[in-house]
Amino acid sequence: MTYIAKPKFHHPGLKKNELGYTHRDYEGKISTLCAGCGHDSITASIIEACYELSIEPHRVAKISGIGCSSKTPDYFLGNSHGFNSVHGRMPSVLTGANLANRDLIYLGVSGDGDSASIGFGQFAHSIRRAVNMTYIVENNGVYGLTKGQFSATADRGSKSKKGVTNTDNAIDLVAIALQLGATFVARSFSGDKTQLVPLIAAAIRHKGASFIDVISPCIAFNNHAGSTKSFDYVREHNDAVNRLDVLVGREPISVDYAPGTVQVVEQHDGSRLALRKLDADYDPHDRLGAMTFLQKHAAKGQIVTGLLYVDPDAEDLHTHLDTVETPLNTMDERALCPGSAVLDKINASLR
Amino acid sequence: MKPTDISAPDYFHKVVDCQWACPAHTPVPEYIRLIAEGRYSDAYMINWQSNVFPGILGRTCDRPCEPACRRGRVEDNPVAICRLKRVAADFKDDIKHRLPKPGPKNGKRIALVGGGPASLAVARDLAPLGYHCTVFDGDPKAGGMMRSQIPKFRLPDSVIDEETDYILGLGVEFKGGQRVDSLKQLLSENYDAIFVGSGAPRGRELDIPGRKEAGANIHIGIEWLANVSFGHVDKIGRRVIVLGGGNTAMDCCRTARRLGGESVKVVVRSGFEEMKASPWEKEDAIHEDIPILNYMVPVAFKHVAGKLIGVTFQKVRAEYDDKGRRNLVPSGEPDETIPCDDVLVAVGQENAFPWIEADCGIEFDKWHMPKVDPKTFVSTNPKVFFGGDAAFGPKNIIWAVAHGHDAALSIHKMLSGEDINERPLPEVHVSSQKMGIHEWSYDNDISADKRFKVPHRDKVVALKDIRAEVELGYDLKLALGEAQRCLNCDVQTVFSAPLCIECDACVDICPMDCISFTENGEEDDLRQRLKAPSPHHDQALYVSGDLKTGRVMVKDEDVCLHCGLCAERCPTGAWDMQKYLIDMVQAGSTCQSKARSAA
Repeated sequence: MTYIAKPKFHHPGLKKNELGYTHRDYEGKISTLCAGCGHDSITASIIEACYELSIEPHRVAKISGIGCSSKTPDYFLGNSHGFNSVHGRMPSVLTGANLANRDLIYLGVSGDGDSASIGFGQFAHSIRRAVNMTYIVENNGVYGLTKGQFSATADRGSKSKKGVTNTDNAIDLVAIALQLGATFVARSFSGDKTQLVPLIAAAIRHKGASFIDVISPCIAFNNHAGSTKSFDYVREHNDAVNRLDVLVGREPISVDYAPGTVQVVEQHDGSRLALRKLDADYDPHDRLGAMTFLQKHAAKGQIVTGLLYVDPDAEDLHTHLDTVETPLNTMDERALCPGSAVLDKINASLR
Repeated sequence: MKPTDISAPDYFHKVVDCQWACPAHTPVPEYIRLIAEGRYSDAYMINWQSNVFPGILGRTCDRPCEPACRRGRVEDNPVAICRLKRVAADFKDDIKHRLPKPGPKNGKRIALVGGGPASLAVARDLAPLGYHCTVFDGDPKAGGMMRSQIPKFRLPDSVIDEETDYILGLGVEFKGGQRVDSLKQLLSENYDAIFVGSGAPRGRELDIPGRKEAGANIHIGIEWLANVSFGHVDKIGRRVIVLGGGNTAMDCCRTARRLGGESVKVVVRSGFEEMKASPWEKEDAIHEDIPILNYMVPVAFKHVAGKLIGVTFQKVRAEYDDKGRRNLVPSGEPDETIPCDDVLVAVGQENAFPWIEADCGIEFDKWHMPKVDPKTFVSTNPKVFFGGDAAFGPKNIIWAVAHGHDAALSIHKMLSGEDINERPLPEVHVSSQKMGIHEWSYDNDISADKRFKVPHRDKVVALKDIRAEVELGYDLKLALGEAQRCLNCDVQTVFSAPLCIECDACVDICPMDCISFTENGEEDDLRQRLKAPSPHHDQALYVSGDLKTGRVMVKDEDVCLHCGLCAERCPTGAWDMQKYLIDMVQAGSTCQSKARSAA
C-alpha cells in the first residue's frame, strides 16, 4: 500500500479532451490494492476510456459490491457518483438507480466472487432484463481478500498457490452472459490495455446490457505456475478474435486498414466500432456461433478475448417497460403519484 | 535502441540536471536534503568540497543549475538552489575543525598569479597535499574581483574574509599588494609550477565622439566599482546613465543609486530579453527604480565646455537573417539625447597580459588569448597553467572554481610524474534507498509549494547604506519549505528487466506518464510512441533490455519527479530507487588514476 498521495503535477504536454480535461482529471484516490494488482490496470483503462470519450464525470454512476474489485471505483472518476453496495448486490442497486435516473452512465464494477458466487443470481437477472449499463467483472479466479481460496471462475485442474488442484467446474461468465441475452459481450486481459480500453469505451456507448469479463491476475495469490489466471498463462493462451477501434462523431474510417479486414458496426448512438478481424471465421453478430466458438476454444485451454458479440440494435429495460423519457427522479410528487382517482381508472381498465 | 548502459558514470549524472549543469558538479540534491534535515554544517562542507566558496556563491553565483533544474520543467520555477546554498553558509556551526590540515611540506613550490577564485581554488586543492603555494595580488586582501567588483550590498566583506581565510589558513602564503608585472621574473624564481588566475581585468572602452572631451565624467564600470569598493569613490552625479546590459551594468546602476544617483538609467543596445544580465539582477535593478531602456545604441557623448551633459542614442530594431543571426538596424526614428551628469561604461571586459613577455614560451592566439588546453589548463609552457577569466575570457566565479580544480589536478599529476592528459573518471556510489515495503530513506512526498521569495531589506533603508546587504536570506522556515521543493533527482529510478512481469503497475501510477512498455525502435521513432510527448531530446530515454513479451521498458527521464511510486507499486522489485553520488576527482583524491563505473 502506498501512503503518499499521487502528486498533482502532471506531464506538461498532456493532451486534453473536448472538455479540456487530461486523463489525470479522471483519476480517483490512490489505490490501496496490492502492488501490481491487475485491477489497477483495469482502473487505468476505465480512466483512459472515459477520458477518450470526453465523458463528464458527473454524468457517471459507478456502483460496486464487495471485494478487491469492488474497492476500485474509489480509484477512478473521483468526481462521479458512486455507491459501494452489499456483497453481490451491485446489479439490483444499479438497476434501481437506472430506473430512477435513466440519464446517467452506469458502470457496474464487480469481481468473480461478487458476481459468480454470492451475486450470481443478481448478475443473471440484470443481464436478462437488459439494464443499460457497463458491467465489468475483474476476474482473478481467487478470493484475494480472504487469502486466495479458489473462486467459482477458477478453472478445473488449475492449482492454488499452495499447490492444491481445483476439482470444481468453472463458471464462464461470458458464456452465461451470452446465453442470458447480453447485447454486448467481451473478454479482455488487464495486461493488454490496447485491447481493453476501446472495449470499455464501446461498452459505455452501447445501449443495453454490456458485459466485459476482464481477466486480472491476483499478484498475491494467483500468479504462479499452475494458475490459469497468471500473467504468463494468459499471455501464452490469449486468442484474440479481433481488435477494436471506437469512432465517435463523423471522423472517417482510417485508411490504415487493409481492405476486407475491417468490419464497421454502427451503434444506436451513432458511434461506430471498427473491428479488425484477427480470426477470419469469427462473426461477432452470431450469438450461437460465439457460444460454440468459446466452448471449443475453452476445451483446448485457450482464452478467447475481444468483442465476442454485439447487437447494434439492442434495446434496454426502459424501452421494454415503455417508461417516459424524463428521468423519474426529476419528476415531482404529483406526476409520480397522481392520486387515487387515476389508480381507480387503471384498476377499472384491468377488470 | 540499445539497452541503456546505466553503469556509465555520466548517464545518471545527466539525470541530476543541476549537478550536471554546475561547472564544479556540486551534489545539489544531497546538500538540499541535509538542509531539510537541519544539518547545515554538513551541507556547507559538501559545498565547500565542490565549489570552495559556498557563502560567496550562495549570494552571487550565476546559477547555471537553476535553468537546468527539473522542477522548472514541471512547474513555473526551479528550486532556489543558489539561495539554499547561502542557507547552509548562514546557519552552519563553526566548521574550522573540519577543514583539511596543512600537510607536511613536499618541497614543491607553486606561484599563483592573482588572488581571485581561480587561484584560491588551486591553492585550496594543493596546500593540503604539502605544496607551498604563494598567491600574488595587487590588492591588499585576497578575493580578486569578488572583493573589488561585487558591491558590498550584494556580498559583504565578512563573507569574503571568512571563506578566503579558510584557504589561507591551510598554510597558503598570500602576498598582497604585489602585482606580478613580469612572468619572466617569476619563472626565474624557479617555482615548480605557475598558475595564472589574473582574471579579465580591463573594462572595454566605448570609443565614440566626446569620449575624451567629457572624460572626467565617464567612468569604466569595473574600475569605478573597484574604486567604490576600496573607498576611493563615494559619490556620483544626480543623473547617471549606465551603458551595457550585463551583470556589471546591474552592479553599477545599483551602486550609483546608493552614491547620490537619484535618476539612474540603464541603456542597452539589444532587446531587454537578450541582455546578458541574469534575470534576477535585472529584477533587483528595476525594483530600485532603475529603468532599463533597450534598442538604443550610444553614438556620442554630448558636452559643453569639457563638461558632460548627456548621451545621444540611435534607435534600432532587431532583424534576423536567414541563419537566425540578429542584426541591429536603424529604426528610422530620430536620435534621442538623454541628459546626464555621469556615465558608467559597462560594455564588457577584456583580458590583458602586458606582463607576459614574448619569450616566456606562452603562445597567444589571434584574439590575444593564451593557448590553453581546455581539459588540463596547461599553456604552451608546460609549467604554466591558466584558469578562470584569464584562461578563456570573462565567465563567472563558479567557472573559475571548476578551472581551478582541474588545473590543480594537472599540477599535482605533473609534479607526481604522471601524464596530465590522462584524466581519471569520477568515483561513483549507487545504493538502494529502500527502508521498508513502502518506505524510503528520502522524503518522496512531492511538495506542491511554489518557489519561496527571499526576503529583502526595506528599499528605503537599503538605498541609504551601500554596505547594507539587500537580500536577507531565507529564514529556517522558508529554507525548509524551499528545500522540500527539490525533487531528489539523484535518487535514481533503476530498472531490472529480468524481474519485470509487465503488470503495468508502474505505468498506471506514474504521475508524469514517464514510463511506456512498447516495441523497441530507433530513438526518433520511439520518442513518438511514448505515453506522453517527449519534446526535450537532450533528456535521455532509459531503455531496458527485451522483456518476456518482446517489448522494452522506455522511461523518458525528462520530467520524472523521482517520487518512487513506480518502485512502490512494483510487485517484484524490478524498480528500485537508488541514490547516485558522484565524487569528481580533485587533486589528492584517493583514486586519481582509476576508472570507476556507476553500477
